[in-house]
Amino acid sequence: MDFFFVVFFLIQFIRKRLNTAVVLPEWDKKLLLARYTAIGLLAAFYMLNESTLVHWLWYPFVLSILYTIYKEKDFESIRSTVQSLFPFIAVSFLGDLFKLISPTQYKEYHDYFDVAKAFAFLWMLALWYNFQKQQKVLDKEREEQKRRDEENEAKKASLEYLVAERTQELTIQTMELQKALDELKATQNQLIQSEKMASLGELTAGIAHEIQNPLNFVNNFSEVSVELCQELEEEIKKTEIPDADKEYIAGIISDLSQNQQKITHHGKRADSIVKGMLQHSRTSSGKKEPTDINALADEYMRLAYHGLRAKDKEFNATLTTDFDSTIGKIEVMPQDLGRVFLNLFTNAFYAVAEKKKLNKDNPTFENYKPEVKITTKLFGGKLYIRVSDNGTGMPESVKSKIFQPFFTTKPTGQGTGLGLSMSYDIVTKTHEGVLDVSSKAGEGTEFKITLPVS
Amino acid sequence: MKILVVDDEPDVKALFEQRFRREIRNGEFQFSFAFSGEDAIQYLEGHASEIVMILSDINMPGMSGIELLKTIRKDHPMAPPIVMMITAYGDTDNYEQAMKFGADDFLTKPVNFTELKQKLQERYEG
Repeated sequence: MDFFFVVFFLIQFIRKRLNTAVVLPEWDKKLLLARYTAIGLLAAFYMLNESTLVHWLWYPFVLSILYTIYKEKDFESIRSTVQSLFPFIAVSFLGDLFKLISPTQYKEYHDYFDVAKAFAFLWMLALWYNFQKQQKVLDKEREEQKRRDEENEAKKASLEYLVAERTQELTIQTMELQKALDELKATQNQLIQSEKMASLGELTAGIAHEIQNPLNFVNNFSEVSVELCQELEEEIKKTEIPDADKEYIAGIISDLSQNQQKITHHGKRADSIVKGMLQHSRTSSGKKEPTDINALADEYMRLAYHGLRAKDKEFNATLTTDFDSTIGKIEVMPQDLGRVFLNLFTNAFYAVAEKKKLNKDNPTFENYKPEVKITTKLFGGKLYIRVSDNGTGMPESVKSKIFQPFFTTKPTGQGTGLGLSMSYDIVTKTHEGVLDVSSKAGEGTEFKITLPVS
Repeated sequence: MKILVVDDEPDVKALFEQRFRREIRNGEFQFSFAFSGEDAIQYLEGHASEIVMILSDINMPGMSGIELLKTIRKDHPMAPPIVMMITAYGDTDNYEQAMKFGADDFLTKPVNFTELKQKLQERYEG
């Protein structure tokens, strides 16, 4: 009877503590089987006459259960609890053994055994109770630990989120800074460039002013000298000297007059260069007025084309226009901007003509079609004008100098080197725009004018 | 007609004398020269009534042509000579200033002598 309770509760205890029904289903089945066996043994004890034999059967049964619990790893956590059964089993076994060996003497000590058994049972219960209590404390601690872990986990997650967020912010900041730095560098380059151009322009204008005055004298005096020569000629005729002498003197005067004319001619040439230089400092007398940019560009394109055609009958080029018809009229200084167009187109036509001339005998260029193109586009409050050609293009070394006054690649006498530097001034200063160039040697050049539209 | 030419370049004298050789010989024009604004003022003190016309450069060291013009207009309001300004800087600023202070005409360098001769003769005849 007592064994039944012990076994029954032990099994109950194991199933509950280890939650075998869920965690260890295999063992659960075996435990249930053990329970039925215990019930069977109990039934057999009461129903069969062989109660002593059945009673002894409890020992192998209980020991086999304990052995299993001791041996199997799955039951490690409750091993100590099982130990509490040992005193009870030992006392019962000793009592039963004594009863078997000498039943008469057993009767005499029967009470002692019962008391010992009761103590062992109580001992077992006390241990169980204690274990249960400890288990509860442990459970509570485990619960607490779990809660703390979860809390830490949550904190960790939130920290990681914060770190990620901060990292993201820093990355964005870095990118923004990098962008700002790039922009600054670009602006700085632009500033240096425009400062360079401005000081060169001023220098050029300064030199021009200094040269203009003496040059005026050269021109004026040479002109007046021509007149004087004529007068001299007339006066000589009046004098009475031999005709041979008259002729000789007339010859000298004629040479003198010719020399003066040469001086005047070259002086005028120098004067036109100086005039070009002076354009740099000229505070533009023109006023901004609403202008049809497309018509202006077209006009100067044709002007430049026919200008070159007049000098070179062989020359031919395709003129392509891609005008934005929505531009309407824009406030510019038409004469100044016209000069810019004229310079850009003249250069473009020169570049395609040169390419054709240079590759006259080259069969790969047999189908070369010189083309000069103008594109206008109004977009986002800005007017974009592109003048491109498929001419000779230029290397980087030339490209970096083209806006400097007096820089020219044309042969002496054919270019003053002032066209583009002036165009640069007109676009950037008077119109507050941007003049930019891109070019590839041997392939072509594109000039880009960007004008703000108020 | 007596004309005073004011310019800091001494060669202007030779140039004018040669350019207007015939007119000078005919007695149409009579030229005097001053090589600075101060010189011109000094000259005018003695010859104010003789001078009919003044041709003055604007950009001169010391007293500029504009200052000279102002002084002339202030000191001789009653018998004002004709004043023509000549400058290498043909910009609007100079032109407007000259006109504001009472210049009669405005020429740019290099001087077109044919045009100048014509203008002078118009004044002479008128």
